[in-house]
Amino acid sequence: MKERYPLFQIMNKNGELLDHAYETEITVDQVKSFYYHMLRIRTYDQKGVALQRQGRIGTYVPFAGQEAAQVGSALALADKDWMFPTYRDHGASLTFGADLDRMLLHWNGRIEGCLPSREKHIMAASIPIATHLPHAAGAAMAETYKGTKNAAIAYFGDGATSEGDFHEGINIASVFKAPVVFFNQNNGFAISLPVNKQMNSQTIAQKAEAYDIPGKRVDGMDIFAVHFAVKEALERARLGEGPTLIEAVTVRFGAHTTADDPSKYRDQEEINRVREEIDPVLRLEKYMKHYNIWDGDWAATITNEIKAEIDEAIQRMESYQKPNAADMFDYVFEKPTWTIEKQKESIISTGRQS
Amino acid sequence: MVMSKELEKRSGVKTNSLTVIQAINNGLQTMLELDNDILLLGEDIGKNGGVFRATDGLQQKFGDHRVIDTPLSEAGFVGTAVGMALNGLKPVVEIQFLGFIYPALEQIATHVTRTRTRTLGHYHIPMVIRAPYGAGVRSPEIHSDSVEALFTHLPGIKVVCPSNAYDAKGLLIAAVEDPDPVLFLEPMRLYRGQREEVPMNAYRIELGKGKTLQAGEDVTILAWGAMLPIVEAAVEEMKQYQISCDVIDLRTLYPLDKEIIAGSVQKTGRVVIVHEGHETGGVGSEIISIINDTSFLFLKAPIEKVTGFDVPVPLFALENDYLPTKERVSKAIKQVYEF
Repeated sequence: MKERYPLFQIMNKNGELLDHAYETEITVDQVKSFYYHMLRIRTYDQKGVALQRQGRIGTYVPFAGQEAAQVGSALALADKDWMFPTYRDHGASLTFGADLDRMLLHWNGRIEGCLPSREKHIMAASIPIATHLPHAAGAAMAETYKGTKNAAIAYFGDGATSEGDFHEGINIASVFKAPVVFFNQNNGFAISLPVNKQMNSQTIAQKAEAYDIPGKRVDGMDIFAVHFAVKEALERARLGEGPTLIEAVTVRFGAHTTADDPSKYRDQEEINRVREEIDPVLRLEKYMKHYNIWDGDWAATITNEIKAEIDEAIQRMESYQKPNAADMFDYVFEKPTWTIEKQKESIISTGRQS
Repeated sequence: MVMSKELEKRSGVKTNSLTVIQAINNGLQTMLELDNDILLLGEDIGKNGGVFRATDGLQQKFGDHRVIDTPLSEAGFVGTAVGMALNGLKPVVEIQFLGFIYPALEQIATHVTRTRTRTLGHYHIPMVIRAPYGAGVRSPEIHSDSVEALFTHLPGIKVVCPSNAYDAKGLLIAAVEDPDPVLFLEPMRLYRGQREEVPMNAYRIELGKGKTLQAGEDVTILAWGAMLPIVEAAVEEMKQYQISCDVIDLRTLYPLDKEIIAGSVQKTGRVVIVHEGHETGGVGSEIISIINDTSFLFLKAPIEKVTGFDVPVPLFALENDYLPTKERVSKAIKQVYEF
């Protein structure tokens, strides 16, 4: 099966283009945008881990290693498309247009952090595994019903492919030719379980065959491969040809969450050792150097800009208004039921407003 | 509340004599005509018109883009309906039997009921989940469950259960127009039992409001759905003992109508609750809690519950032994009356 689903690459690990057709396809501005967004979400990710270590936020979910998969896919979307991320896809959400302050609030246990962007259709990250795949199918079917060309993308990991909702979501999308891209990031581990114990299948892309939809296996560390594969799948969706399953093969450099110790179940030292060689951000930097579009001053400038942007967002997150216990009652129903009103009154009268 | 032909003449609204299932079909048709954002999804609902014919003729009339035959995939089509609702549509899904809802429980518990909360109202899920429920029609195993209490326990969803054709249409329209999720339980045993005059226009019955079916002085009977004919038979029998019963059809199980419960209990001081769902953790226990909070000092006797047992609903050879019967209800009424 691996032979039938070869790893699609546009650049090799030295940053050299493998397919020269892309030399004209890829613009300098695009490359700079890819690099900028990968650097931005990596900086955010590093801050997230640091803030958790310092006790300034709760459990954080790092995505280091998956920057090319997340940025390459998010930048393939059109403004009116729908994004259904998981809890590890805040890199993709931020790149598509989620609010930085809110993404930080989320890790601080604040519901305000789930509030979707006003400008983009970015659903609050799905916590239960694979449950949002049918949502993407439904949101996409609604676009078709309205007669638009908008599409949806669902993000999910290798572990999600063992869930029933993976099958149900893709099956329904394929039956109704819903304009969806099912974007899998196969990072090799679902918390502790390696992918070879998650499934007997050698690839995730091959699962597309069961639904008679295209399946594509791409190098998730190659932002060009990810970007152009997702773009092609989105174009297909917009033409009414239905869903595509994309497997982006990537590596989760760090722990499942900051509450996890990966040395319990894998050779973390080995990952740390090969990390530099496979790093998707460094690979794009190599590309830029190889094709003489690397500009050290520009890189230094954006590094500082990103750092300042994130530091300011952290300050705003930390000085955000304190949570009010009475607020939890306000968004269960449009109009609170009497039981909820009674409970809200009781919490206000006992002075538990913090 | 039953509209008579006389009322039809007075109000000018056409009525037809319909069974419960026909009233539901008519309610769905009324809403499909009124609002293009309403879609129906479910198994066998299109060409086949639903296993109980609730959607009979609707696909023919409105097209397969509005009355959608889904794959056999409860979690899948409830999840798909969530996505549609996020994107502005108002899906009405049919779960073929309430006992088949379990694959969709995760979608209901983690998304359908929580989306408004977790997006601070940015998104909401105006979805109706219709499900025939209950025993007594010799269905196969699992087809006869009455697990309303699983859903009244979940924050973020209303639970509605009509007992007659007029209420079925009015409650269904109110449920479809409600901006939040509603589980709409249809007593399959009453689908074709009785006919009632049902107006052909769009009328609404407010969710969260019970209805007094018979006014009485001695004992309050609280019930819903398929239990009402049993309750009414028992109440009829009690008349020979000069026991007069206040019979209340609660109609909505979350939020419960606290006022109608308290008003009746404070009048009679004696209560029998009848439901076919399992006893432990059933909605009956929640009703007792409301009575405790509102009417404790008015009680003249311990409250009696007549319910299904804490066993899986048996196969149909024993289903009538599982279900509350007229005899069990009558015994409970006498017990609270004579206490």
